[in-house]
Amino acid sequence: MKKITTIISFISVFFLNLVNANAGSLTVYTAIEAEDLKRYAATFNEDHPDIEINWVRDSTGIVTAKLLAEKNNPQADIIWGLAGTSLMLMKGEGMFEPYSPKGIDKLDPKFRDGDEPASWTGIDAWVAAVCVNTVEMAKHGFSMPSSWEDLTKPEYAGHVAMPNPNSSGTGFLDVSSWLQIFGEDGGWDFMDRLHNNISHYTHSGSKPCKQAASGEVPIGVSFAFRGARSKAKGAPIEIIVPSEGVGWEMEANAILKGTDNLEDAKTLADWAISKKAMEMYNVAYAVVGMPGVAKPVEHFPPALLGAMIKNDFEFAATNRKAILAEWQSRYDSKSEPKS
Amino acid sequence: MKKSRDDYLTIFFISIIGIYILIALAFPMYAILSKSVENKDGIFIGFENYQSYFSNPALVYSIYNSLFISIITMVITISLAFVFAYALTKSCMIGKSVFRSIAMIPILVPSLLSGISLIYLFGKQGIFRDLMMGYDIYGPIGIIIAEVFYTFPHALLIIITALSIGDARLYEAAKVLRSKSIRTFFTVTLPSAKYGVISAAFVVFTLVITDFGIPKVIGGQFNVLAVDVYKQVIGQQNFEMGAVVSVVLIFPALLAFVVDRIVQRKQVAILTSRSVVHEPNKSKKFDLIMLIYCSVISVFILTIIGMCLYASLVTFWPYNLSLSLDNYQFDLMDGGGWDSYYNSIRMACYTAFFGTIVVFTGAYFVEKSRSVKTGRSILHLLSMMPMAIPGLVLGLAYIFFFNHPDNPLNFIYGTMAILVICTITHFYTVSHLTALTSLKQIDNEFEHVSSSLKQPFYKTFFRVTVPISLPAIFEIGIYFFVNAMTTVSAVVFLYSSKTNLASVAVLNMDDAGDIAPAAAMGMMIFYTNAAVRIIYVLITKKILVRFQKWRTKTV
Repeated sequence: MKKITTIISFISVFFLNLVNANAGSLTVYTAIEAEDLKRYAATFNEDHPDIEINWVRDSTGIVTAKLLAEKNNPQADIIWGLAGTSLMLMKGEGMFEPYSPKGIDKLDPKFRDGDEPASWTGIDAWVAAVCVNTVEMAKHGFSMPSSWEDLTKPEYAGHVAMPNPNSSGTGFLDVSSWLQIFGEDGGWDFMDRLHNNISHYTHSGSKPCKQAASGEVPIGVSFAFRGARSKAKGAPIEIIVPSEGVGWEMEANAILKGTDNLEDAKTLADWAISKKAMEMYNVAYAVVGMPGVAKPVEHFPPALLGAMIKNDFEFAATNRKAILAEWQSRYDSKSEPKS
Repeated sequence: MKKSRDDYLTIFFISIIGIYILIALAFPMYAILSKSVENKDGIFIGFENYQSYFSNPALVYSIYNSLFISIITMVITISLAFVFAYALTKSCMIGKSVFRSIAMIPILVPSLLSGISLIYLFGKQGIFRDLMMGYDIYGPIGIIIAEVFYTFPHALLIIITALSIGDARLYEAAKVLRSKSIRTFFTVTLPSAKYGVISAAFVVFTLVITDFGIPKVIGGQFNVLAVDVYKQVIGQQNFEMGAVVSVVLIFPALLAFVVDRIVQRKQVAILTSRSVVHEPNKSKKFDLIMLIYCSVISVFILTIIGMCLYASLVTFWPYNLSLSLDNYQFDLMDGGGWDSYYNSIRMACYTAFFGTIVVFTGAYFVEKSRSVKTGRSILHLLSMMPMAIPGLVLGLAYIFFFNHPDNPLNFIYGTMAILVICTITHFYTVSHLTALTSLKQIDNEFEHVSSSLKQPFYKTFFRVTVPISLPAIFEIGIYFFVNAMTTVSAVVFLYSSKTNLASVAVLNMDDAGDIAPAAAMGMMIFYTNAAVRIIYVLITKKILVRFQKWRTKTV
């Protein structure tokens, strides 16, 4: 009997070793583009070599879903770069450890939680845009669109892709911005007409632009930063800034309540809004949370920043569920006969 | 009767494996059922979730869509596979073993890879896009073509077995009675293969209706049940509704499972000890037709794989067709990087190792132990259950069960262990049946003799049973390995930052629009599985000969 007890305790010690998070490492949930993650971690480690970062990266909707699912048993220590509206929603669920990182007063007030101490801090913003493949447009003999309204032109029928707002943060910011630009009724009317032109709704926000880059669709509703990246890789695309204005969303950070590594999480939260971090974000993002840091980004359409709408995040966060439900009931099954 | 030490040990091991299946299957399934009748705060609300499900036309439409593609795919796959199997068993054409190997290729790749390949072949920038005549590959057409590719080898294996048990004496009788060959086909061949065909049909049906990789990649806006589960859970954070759709998805799968079990039982009776194996006769015309047919199917399969290989090497489709290895730089893509590939290999090795031990030991007690009859039949029943549960549903059930804060096993959530347990459970039944078949071939006299010599059963197990069963044990190990490399559905809800998998990376890279790297990662899985399969063949040919020499010795 004694033998068995010894064996069992050995096995359990072995397993606990396998699964226990070791100090000095943080599990970080994020929706930041994959190609940036290594650079971010490396830059952070220049200042804090003793803290190892384990990324969990997915589309905004998925990371949000994962966090909500794990609400009672959080796996993440900290969120670094997830849609602000998702974080506002989670703050309402009481999932965060309130903490105002050092230097929070240097942030644009739009980029921080209003409460004291703050539950979340914004780092950068990503902005909607339309990627248009010039080669394919010429092949079809299409004229270039210049506004959201243009996208509903009958000639584009079946040639536009956009992200499904249920899974994609970009898709949601598009929908919520249209509802703000055109008003509630006008927004849904616009989407009804746009729906007639949609070839398919994608799961992720970057896919429509990558598909436009590879000619799978001529027009992809996506975000500017993705377009700039594809253009840099040599894709024959133009990044269009619709004249009515474009939606945007900030990416933000928050510490999870119940993390077993609060000290390191605070260190990261402090660092992630430092000037060095802001300069790091600026390599790809034209808008960052600290005013006066941002420099122009290559291939980024200069008109974009002026076109950003005055986004009502409160509206977007509180109505998220209702907007998504309405969207789903209207458009989520293109297999149904079109009326 | 006083229980011996052997009996206690048997009871002990049966209980351990029984408890394993309870924890890895029954409890999670209970968790998902109860979740489907709860609201977000975990309060029982009866069938309210089901009501809101059935009042949502978009979701209910998926049921029709799922049934539609499953039935069409079933008809096409079974027809194609039947003729192919017929050619392999009843003709004298050349190159049979080559055709058979080619037909098995789809088993070695994740199902969604065929969808990716179709995009390159028939998508808007596809090589053969003009063949689509204006139809869109994104939707039912693409799903069905890809599903046929994916299910073909599964159907083929079953039908080959069914056709090869046709009794030669019946063919002889038919010949003597001067029956025309077409008549022989309908009166002899078809009836004897009937149950195999039915069984294959249900296997295909279940595979298609529970597969979510293919509709995810090439389904466009054509919604199906399996994708709905994924969308509800991953996209909308609606776990309760995900549970509801899962329960809806279990029904057709369960039905197919029950019918298949009944049919399987009848199948056994056809083959009697007096049956003689039928050897086909040469017929130039017939053999040539069959050769052409098998070549066409093989070209189709090779085109799908070849396209993926090519696409993975093209620098920037379709504007820069120069070849490079850029797409294999997984660390720069969404999806998990090279780590996910190494994780997959580790996961597949663990699954093969532990899975084979658990399954073979379990099957041994079901088949060979004399005592504890009820325990044995309960264990057998439990071992059959995993087959009826779609992988996606199992994965979701694991979230509910293992991530519950009150669960003492909570600590395995997010680790490699939960992936291994889930995968072993998902593929338990087929391995269990393989082990049983092999164990049934071993005469029970071995157990009788050793117990009368007062030898403990485990000595017989290690000295006789295991060495004799080595081919089956390797077969099970390979089966676990290959499936662990390709599975998406069972693990897509369970992977974590440290345990991302190659198959999931294929899905996620496709999601992010990085379709060429997705094809590249899919090909990595293919190379690995093919290599393992080849090594396996070499081992069985060379090394196992030593262990199995006694089989060939003349009596």
